[in-house]
Amino acid sequence: MSDTLTMTEEEILDQIRREVSENRVFVFMKGTPEMPRCGFSNQVVQILNHLKVEYGARDVLTDPRIREVLGGWSEWPTIPQIFVDGELIGGCDITTELFQSGELQKILDSEAAA
Amino acid sequence: MADLNELTTMIEAALPGAEVQIVDQGGGDHLFAAVVAPQFAEKTLIQQHRLVYAAVQSRLDDGSIHALALKTRAPEAS
Repeated sequence: MSDTLTMTEEEILDQIRREVSENRVFVFMKGTPEMPRCGFSNQVVQILNHLKVEYGARDVLTDPRIREVLGGWSEWPTIPQIFVDGELIGGCDITTELFQSGELQKILDSEAAA
Repeated sequence: MADLNELTTMIEAALPGAEVQIVDQGGGDHLFAAVVAPQFAEKTLIQQHRLVYAAVQSRLDDGSIHALALKTRAPEAS
């Protein structure tokens, strides 16, 4: 993970776009997958780990501008945010609901070969 | 402190034909809303949630709602 503190907001946005496009599943969260620092972020990580999904993650607590830039770009106000195939699928509530209904597994399996 | 009746009206106005139930989960500003709306058909959950948030945006902005958990779906096809 590159350090954003020396970046401009434009460079942070470029990095967000790159991370979302280069990782099939990407999570913006509070804390890290190894040490989540918010119950909602933890819940999303637990679901992805349970499904044995490979995912990238960025800790928005390392630089408050990440959250600002991300929120402006994704038009979603809260953290965590889970992207699949470059699309925001939701935060903790939606991810949990999709997991419980089996829909999340379908989304993740759909282009697993790609 | 949110006015649940007002919020219900705001959502119904934005989504004509919607069935809206709002429950106070604590303190008057942590709310849960169940919304069933014909406009949700063919939309993803995130699109559905965005429509509801947009309807009550002014109450989120002015702080009368601190958190709004959502359960949304389209009506069953009859």
